[in-house]
Amino acid sequence: MKKNISSFLIIWITWILLTGININELIVGFIVSALLSYVISNLIDYEFSFNSIPKIIKFLVVYIPVFLFELIKANLDVAYRVLSPSMPINPGFVRIPTKIKSEYGRLTLANSITLTPGTLTVDVSEDSVYIHWIDVKGNNNEDYQKNVSASFEKILGGIFN
Amino acid sequence: MMYIAYFFLILGAFFYAIGGLGVYRMPDVYNRSQAGTKATTLGTLALLIGIAIINPSWIPKLLIIVVFIAITNPIGSSVLVRSAYLKGAKQYEGTNIDELKEYYNKEDANHETN
Repeated sequence: MKKNISSFLIIWITWILLTGININELIVGFIVSALLSYVISNLIDYEFSFNSIPKIIKFLVVYIPVFLFELIKANLDVAYRVLSPSMPINPGFVRIPTKIKSEYGRLTLANSITLTPGTLTVDVSEDSVYIHWIDVKGNNNEDYQKNVSASFEKILGGIFN
Repeated sequence: MMYIAYFFLILGAFFYAIGGLGVYRMPDVYNRSQAGTKATTLGTLALLIGIAIINPSWIPKLLIIVVFIAITNPIGSSVLVRSAYLKGAKQYEGTNIDELKEYYNKEDANHETN
């Protein structure tokens, strides 16, 4: 039942964002989302409860601004590397240890690492994320972790546990 | 107000141009995909902000676009690079660390013993 309601909410909110607030659209969207969520509820394995609402708010309010800041900083960095005549790159494949246990947490961490330019997730295992890094800084895995994902890891560890 | 919107549109186009230039200049497939896929994140964000300022009634739809890009773009580029790596695409000679190799070797060994 929880799965039903979770997927129903996601589908209905997407519908509302696409069509706008309009009583006819809301009714049709309600019926369609209810049917769809009934059909797909066996295929999904996530669910919300009232406990996840503070986590979602924390994700939106704390994580997204940190992420956007890192995104802009790193984008300017890659733009500089591309435009500079000598092209100062020092690429390498490194292992970033992570303590996040939840699968969705690791997925979000890997996606954030990929979205911030300069680092690209290649593979994810139980306890680490393997990345291609355009400019390797540091000497050991702890250094890498500090430079790449420490700010994400701290927040995501509190949200997905 | 319009000028702010145009500023964001031009900024987006500028980052796309940098992405294209990066694909041309970078030495190997990994660095190329870094430059090529990353420009789309900030480039697209800036473009969508510009559009949102010009036409505020589209903001909900633009939000959906942002969410889909944020979910699919990293997965796509990650899968591309992993398949290139597994296929053994040539690496830039300045690539000095490769901890991924140990990981895949270990995984292969595990598969063989099982």
